Amino acid sequence: MALNSYRTGPDEKGHFGKFGGRYVSETLMPLVLQVEEEFKSAMQDEAFLAELDELNRQYIGRPSPLYYAERLTDHLGGAKIYFKREELNHTGAHKINHAIGQVLLAKRMGKTRVIAETGAGQHGVATATVAARFGLDCTVFMGAVDIERQKPNVFRMKLLGAEVKPVTSGSATLKDAMNDALRDWVTNVHDTFYIIGTVAGPHPYPMMVRDFQSIIGRETKEQILKMEGRLPDSLVACVGGGSNALGLFHPFLDDRDVAMYAVEAAGLGVETDKNAASIAGGSPGVLHGNRTYLLQTEDGQVEEAHSISAGLDYPGIGPEHVWLHEEGRVNYVNATDKEAMDAFQVCCKTEGIIPALETAHGLAHIMRMAPALPKDHICVLNLSGRGDKDIFTVAKELGEEI
Amino acid sequence: MSRLTSCFETLQQENRAAFVTFVTAGDPDYQTSLDILKGLPGAGADIIELGMPFTDPSADGPAIDKAAQRAIKAGASMKKTLQIAAAFREENQATPIVLMGYFNPLYAYGVERFCKDAATAGVDGLIIVDLPPEEDGELLIPANENNIDVIRLATPTSDDNRLPAIVNGASGFVYYVAVAGVTGGKSATADDIGTAVTRIRRHTDLPVAVGFGIRTPEQAAEIAARADGAVVGSAIVSLIEEGLESDHSSAEIIDNVLNFTQSLANGIRSGR
Repeated sequence: MALNSYRTGPDEKGHFGKFGGRYVSETLMPLVLQVEEEFKSAMQDEAFLAELDELNRQYIGRPSPLYYAERLTDHLGGAKIYFKREELNHTGAHKINHAIGQVLLAKRMGKTRVIAETGAGQHGVATATVAARFGLDCTVFMGAVDIERQKPNVFRMKLLGAEVKPVTSGSATLKDAMNDALRDWVTNVHDTFYIIGTVAGPHPYPMMVRDFQSIIGRETKEQILKMEGRLPDSLVACVGGGSNALGLFHPFLDDRDVAMYAVEAAGLGVETDKNAASIAGGSPGVLHGNRTYLLQTEDGQVEEAHSISAGLDYPGIGPEHVWLHEEGRVNYVNATDKEAMDAFQVCCKTEGIIPALETAHGLAHIMRMAPALPKDHICVLNLSGRGDKDIFTVAKELGEEI
Repeated sequence: MSRLTSCFETLQQENRAAFVTFVTAGDPDYQTSLDILKGLPGAGADIIELGMPFTDPSADGPAIDKAAQRAIKAGASMKKTLQIAAAFREENQATPIVLMGYFNPLYAYGVERFCKDAATAGVDGLIIVDLPPEEDGELLIPANENNIDVIRLATPTSDDNRLPAIVNGASGFVYYVAVAGVTGGKSATADDIGTAVTRIRRHTDLPVAVGFGIRTPEQAAEIAARADGAVVGSAIVSLIEEGLESDHSSAEIIDNVLNFTQSLANGIRSGR
């Protein structure tokens, strides 16, 4: 049975259906409850919202354009494709949207230090940026493997005054960075705010990050109505934790005629053990503060994810996505490393835009889907990030030295 | 009466604090782990916390994290953890066993089935560090139905507004986490711990055991003077890592662990 609205969650305990919640150690509970209180009161506070709006416009450069990708549309020969240009934001990705919101909250709570985990480095850069902007100390936890494959972002964070702490435990990627960030947070609970980089973590983070990211979908709605006089037929976004996808989707969830596709990273293939597709290959579990789907063994041990894209290389997904999947509102599909690489190159050559490898997963699905669709089908891709950071990885894949 | 309750009552009559030892199940391997476990009561342990290995122990410091990874690598599983507990219980009916860990492996096992199997194995209590009172309803009911205590954690951030929620539904004892941080990190001062224990006791009649940052017999003695129990984990578990790094045999590792345990037990017994 279809729900009256898909936009009312989470409940007061932070649950989307049976997912979400607050699975953190007792030391963190009072702070997590306080973050929730402060977030709720901030979102009712006109001064807070005015400051956020001002920063969105003057510092981030919002609204980001909704761009008709004409050459790609011609190339694929079907659906009319638009890009929501989040890669044009300050720092080059959508991550700045929730970083700016959370740093304002940190400041409001009197915290003097922020921490973050990062995979591709985009969230780390966004956090380092807002920390510099507001004069807060900043430590970013990043897996040693990711530090290697995202060198430009590591240096950017250092330039911005952040300390980048390499994480060597586990698979030395995003999940392990999040473990170390939680360890730091529980140790420095009195002065530190944890700026989580996706729609996951303990309540209120999934809701809070979603609400700060929803500006993507709200703008898209306004822009497409102006440009096309109607809502799009489909929305597409890549999904790791799922912040850019939910940011685009959430304002459209109750527009039943808008189809939505979230594209997980299939790595070497969902049939292999080298992927990061938690919806396709995961099962319910509890990690990093929330109940969600996880890539895990039968014994409940979390497995290492794999994706060419560091930002999607995570064995879980935000709890609201799992709920939307189980409710059938959003279609969760996936794209392999190879499909993403192909889409990456097509985007460069047809549109003159170097997309992030994360974003290229979304584009890969569009390349599969668009040719068979009628020309009046309007499809919006969240162009969530730019790919400058990925050129070393891509060069290696292409067997070129730079 | 539960094994935990009767243990604390006996100790109270003897006017001494409980010595609670933590080791990770299956670390460094099944047999060595079982041998350590069997030797702990003889080395002065009153209660045994048995860690359930998890890949992502985000509330633990490096010592216990590494212990979990070693155990998993050596083939540890929830089933084997219960096997170790059962094998211990065959020979020892007195010493309470508390399983400590994270929710995901338990959830994957099936909460109700786990509680039933844990009770059969002779487990007395559960500490699930990422399951605050807001989320532990689904564990509390099946655990209590199987006479397993769910031990709640109080911390330096638990103020008088928060403590009632923590002790409501708790049984066995209250575990006071002495410092805001991960296991094996900083130590709190004995005075701060004393103040916190007094405050917690205003909210509950349950015994209060203190852990985090206790690594010497002297520290253990100070805690014993102020609380109903002292928990030592990382300092014990680190000896296994050191032994492995020095290529010690299993027998040597077991000896080192049990000798150190005995010295801590002596500290606790001198505390009052």
